[in-house]
Amino acid sequence: MTALLEVTSISVSFDGFKAINNLSFEIGGQELRAIIGPNGAGKTTFMDIVTGKTRPDEGRVRFGEPQLDLLRLSESQIARAGIGRKFQRPTVFEAQSVRDNLMMALSNDRLPFAVLGYRATAKDADRVQALAAEIGLSGELERTAGELSHGQKQWLEIGMLLAQDPKLLLVDEPAAGMTLGEREHTTDLLRRAAETRAVVVVEHDMEFVRRLDCKVTVLHEGSVLAEGTLDHVTANSDVIDVYLGR
Amino acid sequence: MQRSLFARQPSVLVFISLLAVFTIVITVLSEGFGLGLVSTSFVKILGKTLCLCLVAIAMDLVWGYCGILSLGHFAFFGLGGYMIGMWLMYERTKDIVIASLAGAELPPTAEEIREGIGTQIFGVVGGSEIPVVWYFADSLFAQLALVVLVPGLLALVFGWLAFRSRVTGVYLSILTQAMTLALSLYLFQNDSGLRGNNGLSGLQNIPGLTHLPQSVVSVWFFLASAFALGAGYLVAAWVVSGKFGNVIRAIRDDETRIRFMGYPVEAYKLVVFTLTAVIAAIAGALYYPQAGIINPAEIAPIASIYLAVWVAIGGRGRLYGAVIGAATVSLLSSWFTGGQAPSIPLGFYTIDWVDWWQVLLGLGFVLVTLFMPKGIGGLFDRLVRKDAA
Repeated sequence: MTALLEVTSISVSFDGFKAINNLSFEIGGQELRAIIGPNGAGKTTFMDIVTGKTRPDEGRVRFGEPQLDLLRLSESQIARAGIGRKFQRPTVFEAQSVRDNLMMALSNDRLPFAVLGYRATAKDADRVQALAAEIGLSGELERTAGELSHGQKQWLEIGMLLAQDPKLLLVDEPAAGMTLGEREHTTDLLRRAAETRAVVVVEHDMEFVRRLDCKVTVLHEGSVLAEGTLDHVTANSDVIDVYLGR
Repeated sequence: MQRSLFARQPSVLVFISLLAVFTIVITVLSEGFGLGLVSTSFVKILGKTLCLCLVAIAMDLVWGYCGILSLGHFAFFGLGGYMIGMWLMYERTKDIVIASLAGAELPPTAEEIREGIGTQIFGVVGGSEIPVVWYFADSLFAQLALVVLVPGLLALVFGWLAFRSRVTGVYLSILTQAMTLALSLYLFQNDSGLRGNNGLSGLQNIPGLTHLPQSVVSVWFFLASAFALGAGYLVAAWVVSGKFGNVIRAIRDDETRIRFMGYPVEAYKLVVFTLTAVIAAIAGALYYPQAGIINPAEIAPIASIYLAVWVAIGGRGRLYGAVIGAATVSLLSSWFTGGQAPSIPLGFYTIDWVDWWQVLLGLGFVLVTLFMPKGIGGLFDRLVRKDAA
C-alpha cells in the first residue's frame, strides 16, 4: 500500500526551539489516526506544515498520487489538492447562514472569476441537504451560523470539511468543550468520514481517543515516540514516562 | 433555488426606484430643463453628491464587505478626475488658441497651435512644452480609457505587492495612506506635468458644447452621475449578493479559515481592490467636470479618511448605508462650511460653523461608532424587523 501522505524527516525550529525534530509520518488512503502528545509536542506545528502555514527547515512532504510536493504549494493550493483542516476553535462564518457556509465549502471552482459567475445547481443544493442531514443540521440551514450552539458549530465545521471532499482531513481537538452526547455524534461523524478518506485527529482527551478506536501516534518533543493501538502505546514505558505518568 | 438579484436584495429595487424618482424630480425642477426652481449651482452640488455616493459604494465594497480598510480610494477618484480633466483642458485650450490665431494672415500650422496650447496650459508652471503624459490628451476616447486604466493598474500593482506580502489590517491602511500622500506630493510638483498645485481648471466648459449654457450642461452631468450611481449600485449588489459576496465577507471575518478552505484570498482581495478603484475613478471622472477644478489638494490623505467616515456613519456592509452616509455628510458639510448655517451667538463666544463643523463631524462619528455601530443604515433593520413581527 502506498501512503496518501508521506512526511519524511522534517525539522523546524522557532528561535532555536526545535518544534519538530526529524519527524516522519505516513498515513494511508482510508485510515483514521489519532495523534496525541503533551503540550509542546509539535502536534499543531505538524498540522501547520502539512497545510502549508509553516515551512519546515528540512525534510519532505509528499501527498497523493501522483505525488505532490506540498512544500512548493500555498495554503489555498494545498486545500484544493485535497487536504482539509479543522481548527481547534470552531471557526464557521458566523455572520452567514448555515447554507451559505456549506455552499462556500462545496468542492467547486474556487478562483474569483469562476465564483463571480457561479450559480447554484440542483446537484449542489442536494449535496448541501445531504451534508446537513449528515451533521444533523437539516432544520437549521437558514439560521445564521453565529446562533448555533458550540457543538453545532463544530459539526457545521466538520460538514464544511466534508463538503470540500478532501482526501485527507486534519482535525484539531474536535471534542473540546462538547457534552457527552455531542462527543458520540462527533465520533460517529469522524469514523464515517474515515471510511472514504484519511482522517487525522489531534486530541488530548484519552477517553475520546479510545472511542475512536484507531491507530495512535504519540508525539513528544517534535518526533514520534510510539505508534500502534491505544492499548499498545499506553503500555509503552516511554509514553508512560512523558505523558501518562504525570 | 436560484432567485433573481432583486429577490435576494429587495433594497436594490427600492434604491433604484428612489434614485429614478429623485432624478426625474430634480430634472423637472431644474433651470436647464424645466421649472427653474432648482438653481444650476444646486444641481451641480447634487450631481457631485451622487458621484461621492458612488465612490462611497466602492469604499463599502472594499471595506464593509471585504474588510480591507483602504485609506487611499480617494486617490483613485482624483486620478480619474485628472485623466478626464486633461482632455477637457487640452481641447478647450486648443479651441481658444485656434480662435485667437484665426485673425492672422496665414492659417496657423499644427506646430504653432501646439506651441500655443503649451504656453496657455503650462505657462503657470514656467513651461511651454507639452509633457509626455499629455500624449493622448487630444483624444476623448483615449482619455476615457485612461480613466479606467491608470487607477486600475495602480490599484492592481499596489494591491498585488501589498496582498502577496500578506499586509493586512492597520498596516495596510497605513500603506494606502502612504500611497495617497506620495501621489498627492508628486502631483504638487510643477514638473509632474499636471500643473503642480494649480491643478487643472475650467473643466466645467465642455469642448464642443460651449454653446450650451451651464444650466443645461449641469443637468446632463447630473443625469450621467445618477446613471453611473445606479449602474454602480447594481454591479456592487450583484457582486455581494452571490457566492462571491459570501466569500469576501468570509475573508473579512476570518481570512485564515477561508484560505484553508482553498480560496486564494489574495486574488479575491486584488479583484475587489482593483474593481473598487475603477469605480472610484469613474466617479471622479464625473465629479470634476461638475466641480470645474481639480488640484492635488483633492487627493490629500484626509479625503480618503473622510470617505471611510462617511461609510462608517452610513453603515458598513450595506450598500444603501454607504449612499446615505456619503449624501448626508457631504451635503451637511457643504451647508456648514459654505457659510449658510447660521452662527450661534453665545454672548461671550460665537459658534461659527465654518470652524466648528469639523468638531461636530468628529463628535457625530464618535457617537455613531459608540451607539450605532451599524450606522444610520442599521436603523432600517429595526424597521424591517418591526414589520416582520
